[in-house]
Amino acid sequence: MTLGLDHGALARLMPMHVSLDARGVVCGVGPTLAKLPAVAAALGSGFGDLFAVRRPAGVVSMADLRARAGQCLHLLLHESGAQVRGLAMPTAGGGMLINLSFGIGVIEAVRQHALTDADFAPTDLAVEMLYLVEVKSAVMQELKRLNLRLQGAKVAAEEQALTDTLTGLRNRRALDGVLPLLIAQGVPFGLMHIDLDYFKQVNDTLGHAAGDFVLREVAAALTVETRASDTVARVGGDEFVVVLPGLSDTARLGQIARRIIDRLMLPMDFAGAPCRISASIGLTISTLYAPPEAERMLADADAATYASKRAGRAQLQFHHDCAGGRLSA
Amino acid sequence: MLGLINRSIQCFLRDTYGEATWLGIARAAGLGFDSFEPLLIYDDALTNAVINAAAQGLQRPRETVLEDLGTYLVSHPNLEALRRLLRFGGVNFVDFLHSLEDLPEHGRLGLPDLDVPEFELVDQGGGRFLLRVSQLLPGVGHVIVGLLRAMADDYGALVLLDHGGVDTAGVHGGDEVVTVHLLDQAYAQGRRFDLAMPGV
Repeated sequence: MTLGLDHGALARLMPMHVSLDARGVVCGVGPTLAKLPAVAAALGSGFGDLFAVRRPAGVVSMADLRARAGQCLHLLLHESGAQVRGLAMPTAGGGMLINLSFGIGVIEAVRQHALTDADFAPTDLAVEMLYLVEVKSAVMQELKRLNLRLQGAKVAAEEQALTDTLTGLRNRRALDGVLPLLIAQGVPFGLMHIDLDYFKQVNDTLGHAAGDFVLREVAAALTVETRASDTVARVGGDEFVVVLPGLSDTARLGQIARRIIDRLMLPMDFAGAPCRISASIGLTISTLYAPPEAERMLADADAATYASKRAGRAQLQFHHDCAGGRLSA
Repeated sequence: MLGLINRSIQCFLRDTYGEATWLGIARAAGLGFDSFEPLLIYDDALTNAVINAAAQGLQRPRETVLEDLGTYLVSHPNLEALRRLLRFGGVNFVDFLHSLEDLPEHGRLGLPDLDVPEFELVDQGGGRFLLRVSQLLPGVGHVIVGLLRAMADDYGALVLLDHGGVDTAGVHGGDEVVTVHLLDQAYAQGRRFDLAMPGV
């Protein structure tokens, strides 16, 4: 059976076709293809002026094309540079009819050549493909925004989880994260345990608002007296821990502790009422341990703090001093 | 209901009446948060609560709020993507009307969880159509009236639209009916629609 189709019918059925006569001369192109630069001008020339076959290789003559009838051809359209797919089949007069498709390149082709719905056969899914690409882009954009919001919320939640709400210092959970990290990295560090003296009296005589005020003042003082790289945490009602990475020199640690005590002994003015406190400090250094253990160091610093308290308050003590200069294994 | 729907309602209220009004409505609706996440799923009751709170807070009939929402969905620049996706439905307004029947399927191509009402179009001849809309939420027909009005503008078509009430005898039971009378398919220029996605 042979179908007789006029050019108009062929143009509607296959708006991207190329018809070649028996000599390989372009004798017709579909209207969508004709929108591409220089395609219409190729009418009357050999097909080699219109396109080159990239795959399979070696297709240059009409005989080669005929031999590849029914196979998928990858073509490069000259001038427009568009890469298209095509299928060539022989026609009754010894010519070839090639139907082309932009394939995945349709998105770019629509943009470049301002193609519309009418440029695609109603059976072609090109427009549905464009629709899907837009849907996908819109959904991806929403996902990206959602991820950014979740990331922001995660950072904020983590920050909250590690922060003492009253003073804005780090909390016990943050400390539990910092110490094992330093130990694992083998960074030497000093550990300072600070217990306020006379804090209970402030609370009892001036009230809890005054107590909270004092805790915030202490937090501010500790922040001023330490470096940004140090971790200052409130670990109990009136107990604080400072971790000082890279600092294992007892003389320098002693100076810092002394400065903190002196500063905290300055009266703090709460609505006209002076609040007087001081601090007892216990210190230890990671280099005294092999290997250092967070829990043990915290316990030793705590013990040194109580030695300071017993020694009359506003004192500082190193763990190895109060342990008699040597550490039990 | 997928948050995308709730989020559109939120954007409509925020873009039209301001952030403070939206926050007031969110509080009155008892949301407990002030922004819907488009890709999370929320209880259907929240959608209704927001619309009721909006009608009460703005002192406007619920139907008017819903109709304005429909218009906003296709005419506001912030939702240009949605207008484009709807315009893919057809090259003219009649094509577009018919494409509504495929809308749920098209919507789910992108988002499998998306709730889109089912549509059924009856061509009564002489440019008159009956559009039955399944009741995704009570008053959904008013949203569609607003949306169709804006889409008709987009295509440059002249149409008369009306909410024809709820048809309890319908196949889905409780469909809302929208009557469409197309007077002129090419009444005005309409807005341009290029297949190529802008700005990519």
